[in-house]
Amino acid sequence: MIPDVDLDLQTLFALVMVALVLVSAVLVLILDNMISAVAASGVVSLGVAVLFVLLHAPDVAMTEAVVGAGLSGVVLALGLRRLGLWQLDATDTSPERRGGKPDA
Amino acid sequence: MRNLASLVFTAGLAFLLLVIAAQLGFGEPPMRVGGAILEQAPAEVGAANIVTAVLLGYRGIDTLGELSILFAAATATGLVLVRGRKDCGHGTSDPPGGFILRTGADLLFPLLLVVGFYIILHGHLTPGGGFQGGVILAAAFFVLVLARPGADGSGGTSHTAIAFIEGLAGAGFIAIGLWSLWDGGEFLAPLLGKGVMGELLSAGTLPLLSLAVGLKVGAELAGLMTQLAEQPAGPQHPHPQAEDRGS
Amino acid sequence: MSAMGPDSLSFVVVMYVGAFGLLVIGAIGMVMSNHLFRMVLALVIAEAGANLLLVLSGWRDGALAPILGTHAADVPMVDPVPQVLVLTAIVIGVGVQALAVSVLLKIHRIYGTLDVRALRRHLELDICRDAGMAPEGSREAPAGERPLPPPIPVADALRTAATDQTGATS
Repeated sequence: MIPDVDLDLQTLFALVMVALVLVSAVLVLILDNMISAVAASGVVSLGVAVLFVLLHAPDVAMTEAVVGAGLSGVVLALGLRRLGLWQLDATDTSPERRGGKPDA
Repeated sequence: MRNLASLVFTAGLAFLLLVIAAQLGFGEPPMRVGGAILEQAPAEVGAANIVTAVLLGYRGIDTLGELSILFAAATATGLVLVRGRKDCGHGTSDPPGGFILRTGADLLFPLLLVVGFYIILHGHLTPGGGFQGGVILAAAFFVLVLARPGADGSGGTSHTAIAFIEGLAGAGFIAIGLWSLWDGGEFLAPLLGKGVMGELLSAGTLPLLSLAVGLKVGAELAGLMTQLAEQPAGPQHPHPQAEDRGS
Repeated sequence: MSAMGPDSLSFVVVMYVGAFGLLVIGAIGMVMSNHLFRMVLALVIAEAGANLLLVLSGWRDGALAPILGTHAADVPMVDPVPQVLVLTAIVIGVGVQALAVSVLLKIHRIYGTLDVRALRRHLELDICRDAGMAPEGSREAPAGERPLPPPIPVADALRTAATDQTGATS
């Protein structure tokens, strides 16, 4: 339950969170390293959870924080490990390793 | 050419979404069903958290369908991955977790269990409920698996026990629904009296249903994660550049 | 309840921009990436956008969370029904993600790649092999598990005869 804040402050906070979410969503698509992309998708989920709190939906915010930022990240990371894409450095720049980001 | 078609597609999608947004009123939903539920839920269900009242009372059969979708997804994951589990004897095994990780996991496990059950059982009073608490329970078990990977990365988790808990919880959910049907009400209608709003033993059968949902979700997600965490065998395809690197 | 005005309108406009932006970015990623795992990530983003849009459709000016006992009884509350739908949709979403990841594991195990273009070549070769046709427009070396063309027996017999003769004369 957020306190009754000034509306200008609330709008400003929403603006900052929306900007953070959109930037990390773009980062998911353009980052070379798959681990970083999974981490960025976790950031998207956390930001959306904060937006749910701003929208007075605490149940949904809890679920999104637990599932989206925790469980979904774990599932995707385990998938990365079994796919052999778990590499911390992007020294190998073959197209298979680079992960075929959109070539627009 | 493919990129051009993709751009046209996404531009069309964005235009469609903008048209929908122009049709919507900004922040003034009609709220017929929601308004009626907000008016009647305190007297009919007696749960302080109206979201849980809708989730397990008014739309309980929807939740049952959702649980079956989750069950189908977990079962299909097990079916798809079953070949990797059969011959994992010669796969690479995880290194042991180390003393600090193991001790930390042992300390964290009961705390996570308490938090999970607290959130499940207080779902009708505060934000939370079966889904959130169930996910926390699954995370608690997965912390143990991460600390002690075992020979094949499964951490010695018994799939039979997980399937048993899952089936028991699902059967309990349906049994409570059928009980209220036999009692003369509708499927999943709350029983056992409403109690005093705000106390733990209130809102009839909602805490029991919440417990069933929490156990089922927790068991399903724990089984799903252990299946994904198990180490696969060596690569079975002829391409040498794609060897698996478990680290 | 605070005084409502153009500020609340700008608040909800910002939220709509976020939801639509997430949906569009997810759609762009799904149709334009060349890697199947990145498509799954884009699906996660689009899911978050759709969830945000649904919850936003139940938001009202000056309404509080639908939990009794935390505020006065006459305060309006936001619509709980979209919140319940989103609550179940999030948990379904992670199940769908796990299923997608396991299907990706299967594809990677069989074809050894997750690149969409390489997968398309593999699939075309497989379809052509099953249909018993030559691959479209290619005289390249046999790919996949297509058998080599059988040797011509007459030429082989001539060659062995020639080597026999040279061995005999030298």
